[in-house]
Amino acid sequence: MTENEKAARKKVISHAIMMVILIVVFILFIFPFLLVVINVFKSNGDITSNPLSLIGEHGFTTANFPEAMKSMDFLVVFRNSLIVTTTSTVLTLLVSSMAAFVIVRNKWKACALLFAGMIASMVIPFQVLMIPLVSLYGGIFGVLNSRITLILMHTGFSVSMATFMFHGAIHTNIPLELEEAALIDGCSRWQTYWKIVFPLLKPTIATVAIIDAMAFWNDYLLPSLVLARKELYTIPIATQAFYGTYSTDMGLVMAALLLAMLPILILYLFLQRYIVEGVTSGAVKG
Amino acid sequence: MKKNTMSYKIGQYTIFAGPATILFIGVVVLPFIYGLYLTFTSWDGVSVEKPFVGLENYIAAAQDAVFWQALGRTAFYTVIAVIFVNLVAFGLAYLVTSGIKGQNFFRAGFFIPNLIGGIVLGYVWKFVFNRALVSIGQAISFGPLSTSWLATPDGAMLCLIIVSVWQYAGYMMLIYVAGFMSVSKSLMEAAEIDGCTQSQATFYVTVPLMRSSFVQCLFLTLTRCFMVYDVNLSLTKGEPFGSSVLAAMHVYNQAFTYRRYGTGQAEALILFIVCAVVGITQVYIGKKGEVEA
Repeated sequence: MTENEKAARKKVISHAIMMVILIVVFILFIFPFLLVVINVFKSNGDITSNPLSLIGEHGFTTANFPEAMKSMDFLVVFRNSLIVTTTSTVLTLLVSSMAAFVIVRNKWKACALLFAGMIASMVIPFQVLMIPLVSLYGGIFGVLNSRITLILMHTGFSVSMATFMFHGAIHTNIPLELEEAALIDGCSRWQTYWKIVFPLLKPTIATVAIIDAMAFWNDYLLPSLVLARKELYTIPIATQAFYGTYSTDMGLVMAALLLAMLPILILYLFLQRYIVEGVTSGAVKG
Repeated sequence: MKKNTMSYKIGQYTIFAGPATILFIGVVVLPFIYGLYLTFTSWDGVSVEKPFVGLENYIAAAQDAVFWQALGRTAFYTVIAVIFVNLVAFGLAYLVTSGIKGQNFFRAGFFIPNLIGGIVLGYVWKFVFNRALVSIGQAISFGPLSTSWLATPDGAMLCLIIVSVWQYAGYMMLIYVAGFMSVSKSLMEAAEIDGCTQSQATFYVTVPLMRSSFVQCLFLTLTRCFMVYDVNLSLTKGEPFGSSVLAAMHVYNQAFTYRRYGTGQAEALILFIVCAVVGITQVYIGKKGEVEA
């Protein structure tokens, strides 16, 4: 056997070992999800007697879904999550990209102050702000329990990070000459921004949108503090409330958990590449 | 041109940065300052008056043994979780950048836990620990598995760590993958020509050049683990006997369950300062020794 053959053979063996490790870890990773999928088609009794069997003794059932959907008010809750997430994300994108534009292009004291404040605030965790937030907006202004308040708060919390990312993108990727040309052609700053700068920010818009939309969709703590009316609940709060009431019927719980995971998993199926790229570039820049 | 007049500046700033400024001040700056003020009052969350009590809340926080216990527990949990998250994430990143078949599939798969909120994840794992593992344990009559781990204090802590590792490893893996890809292949090849084996080349050439990835992953896992709440709430709810209440949950309970807003806010500030000092020190030390390629 020549040296080359030996090396090639070694490579094949090491790849085989790595493949086995990866497959084992992968199965461990999706094992909890698999369990939910298996048990969602069983009755509560069958889950209790054997959570690992593929099909329960009393056979295959889809009865858990309609019941869980009804008691969780899934359609309403799903719509609420959708409204809150999309509105907050769009608002964050508009508000922070515009702020970043004026910050990058002007050396004004107010801009520098705002940007410094935003960067400093990124180390403050939500837990430090939640108590005063509730006492200010619940106690003094009395504006809690409204979807608009939640959307504005979501936007307020994400605006620093988003502005920071747009700041970097405008600073490095948007040539000043383009804006000067637009100015000579008679564009106002406002027109220049919407016609020239904003369209060029697409990659960053995608990154920020993915990161923030996922955070808004999954957030529990802030919505749980803001929303008390059941008809405004988002998916995470509804899941928590549902578990509190139905934790004895595992069939229903499985269906509720699967319903809660399904929308984002389906989205991931189609946008997987963009989500992975967005999250990576967001983390590396942040 | 009117570009330098004050009214032009104010107009431009208001149009472009006005909304961001208002939201930022309203949601972050104002509550932060108001929170500082709250720590000097003994507000109960209901009454209109907020009696001024000086440093009493800080003294109460300093004497709150349960708080310090929760903080110590959080520190322990964070250290173990951070170590294992990063070990697993780095290992996975190494495997999925080795040119193996289906590496994109694996990358996408390991990331799945990050798509789903902590509340849902916690309940999924609660089912795994309470039902599935117990059922396996009873089937093979293996003692340590035949009762739920969530029923004992040590077990509950172990469960929290397992879920955190599972939850964050995929995300950190992506950052390490980006790190691996940023190191030029020619450096690895040069090392291999100089007689390094592949694993030597990885550990002596690639890893030192990936230092910023490590700094970043450590910072992210550290701050996230320190502030964890969702998974703590759904997976263990602080049980058994309050033995798994982590710091963030303690702060939450202090304010919203026991209605001690002032003390709760003082403890939240202490928690934040500890977390910030640890995080910033770690980044500072990490950046200091960075290698330029």
